Amino acid sequence: MKRMTTRMLLAGLATAFLTSVTSPASAQATLDAVTKRGKLICGVSQPTPGFAVPDSKGVMTGFDVDVCRAVAAAVYGAPDKVDFVPTNINTRFQVLQSGEIDVLSRQTTMTFSRDNSLGLDFGPTVFYDGQGLMVPKQLKIESAKDLAGAAICILPGTTTLQNLADFFRANNKKFESVVFENPDENRNAFFSGRCDATSSDRSDLASIRAVANNPADFVVLPETISKEPLAPAVRQGDSNWRDIVSWAVYALIAAEEKGITKDNVDQQLTSQDPEIQRMLGVTGDLGKMIGLDNKWAYNIVKGVGNYSDVFERNLGEETPLGLTRGPNQQWTKGGLLYAPPFR
Amino acid sequence: MQLVKSELAPRKSRPRQGVGLHKLLAPYFGTPGNVAITIICLALVALIAAKAISWLVLDAVFSGNPATCKASVGACWPFITSKFRFMVFGFYPYEEQWRPVAALAIFFAACGISMNPATWGRKLAAFWAIALLVIFWLMLGGVLGLEYVPTAKWGGLPLSFMLSFIGLAAAFPLGIVLALARASKLPVIKVLAIAFIELVRGVPLISILFMASVMLPLFMPDGFTIDKLLRAQVAIILFAAAYVAEIVRGGLQAIPKGQYEASAAMGLHYWQMMRLIVLPQAIKIMIPPLVTLFIGFFQDTTLVVIVGLLDFLDTIRSAMRDPQWQGIAVLEGYVFAATVYLLFSTIMGAYSRFLERHFRMGHD
Repeated sequence: MKRMTTRMLLAGLATAFLTSVTSPASAQATLDAVTKRGKLICGVSQPTPGFAVPDSKGVMTGFDVDVCRAVAAAVYGAPDKVDFVPTNINTRFQVLQSGEIDVLSRQTTMTFSRDNSLGLDFGPTVFYDGQGLMVPKQLKIESAKDLAGAAICILPGTTTLQNLADFFRANNKKFESVVFENPDENRNAFFSGRCDATSSDRSDLASIRAVANNPADFVVLPETISKEPLAPAVRQGDSNWRDIVSWAVYALIAAEEKGITKDNVDQQLTSQDPEIQRMLGVTGDLGKMIGLDNKWAYNIVKGVGNYSDVFERNLGEETPLGLTRGPNQQWTKGGLLYAPPFR
Repeated sequence: MQLVKSELAPRKSRPRQGVGLHKLLAPYFGTPGNVAITIICLALVALIAAKAISWLVLDAVFSGNPATCKASVGACWPFITSKFRFMVFGFYPYEEQWRPVAALAIFFAACGISMNPATWGRKLAAFWAIALLVIFWLMLGGVLGLEYVPTAKWGGLPLSFMLSFIGLAAAFPLGIVLALARASKLPVIKVLAIAFIELVRGVPLISILFMASVMLPLFMPDGFTIDKLLRAQVAIILFAAAYVAEIVRGGLQAIPKGQYEASAAMGLHYWQMMRLIVLPQAIKIMIPPLVTLFIGFFQDTTLVVIVGLLDFLDTIRSAMRDPQWQGIAVLEGYVFAATVYLLFSTIMGAYSRFLERHFRMGHD
């Protein structure tokens, strides 16, 4: 009897282990595999404030995290059916290629070469970022062009240094880069005056500034020296899955444009606006067309809210990051967010 | 030329004996130079201690929120208390965290029992096998009423212990085999062993983990991936085995040739000679370097962050990224990590010294 239990235990453990061993990768089948597995596996940043960070209970929160939750809500109707995999900046694309994750939602800039040489496809831009520079106010510098010969603290980023070099070369100026391996060191070096400036994506500069003893002592310079459209990525060759991820993002954006929020989505079900009706699955068969339930967009808004809810909750002015919408504003309000029509 | 002294050396009084205060203080205050050095050192220690105590205790915040911490100049301990469970257990589901607690308790109990050399034997090995099985069942679940928790969610201290202990425990027999192979008279075996050991030792751990995590899946057939934790664990085992092999080889070489010859003269064949005569003596010599290796690996598991797994130090770093606490509590997390690592390393070091005494090594 005792031996039996041990053997059963062993067999059970082996099965449990092996189920974790097999996972999907073949093209055209991501949705099937994801549905069968019952959980979306989403690659996110190693903890980064505002984008992907665990709370005290180990539950992931953040802007990139909510994009994953939106996809999960679209597929399963439940935003919490996601397993998050923190991906390393150097291995993020390989992890996607090898099939370990279904979506990469990791502050990743869409570029031509990434889109066309890495075996992946990008969804729509979820966050328009750009590299900027921040200086202490007391230096009385008003433009990045005045930074000739400055020491600039940066992280060993993929393109941070290259963008700086391009900018300074174009303006025929010199600078000295001081590279730090870790964000805390970089920040402390900048605050303690080791460098004249620090450079990173503007969203990142905002979070650095937010933790200064007196944020008013630092200014972000007006120049944006690079375009950094951050977008989720999927494996190339499964256009149905890419459509699902893309339209999950569009649903967030369109919901804001149409005034559908997490709180009023149930009232909106009775809305007379035909586009809202189609979107929320009251009329038409939009969900069926991409292999989902017709309530898919309703579930997204119900589960995670609209774009504005997601932005304000994770990055907005009420949070320690205190970002303003900037270019991440609806096209109707002069921003760049523009979702194609739901019809 | 006279080489022999003609008169006696002047008489000196007998050296003062006993352990009076003067005897204790003499090395520190014996000469004016020593007095100066002592005073400077004492002043430095006092300065550092005063700063440390005021930061750690006097000015520290013991309860409150990020705002109270930001207003204070001292340490911010609420950060540790509010993030404690995440730091220790990582992404392991919050409601299920009694399971890693129980697993760690069983693990520590098993270690505590095995620390007594009197318990070593077949029974202990069987006990460990059962204990490990129960630990895996607790952590992984999926059978007998426990919810399944994928290995990707394991993290924190249990992961650190698992990777380093299982890594070294599995690397040890492998290392012995490699060391014996390297000392073998058969050229093919010898060359293979040398090639493996030198290749692995010539490459940093992080690149082996990188290969295991990034390159390996690309060689796999489509749709087939091996569990991430398993890959990292195997990489650590292979890496540790190469180092253990060199320590074992050092131990083997320290055994006098006479021991080999005597056992051959007794009619023992190769494996009997190794098992009964050579290895028991060699292992005693190997204890200090093995413990050093172990302590190193216990801390090096942090590198698994490259695979996307978060060990103890990585979960602490992740906790610091919380926007609520970011920039407020940086040093506190590292102080916490250092305390925990120091605690376990000290225990291991003390146990290693106990074992050396137990086997009465050295020539006294």
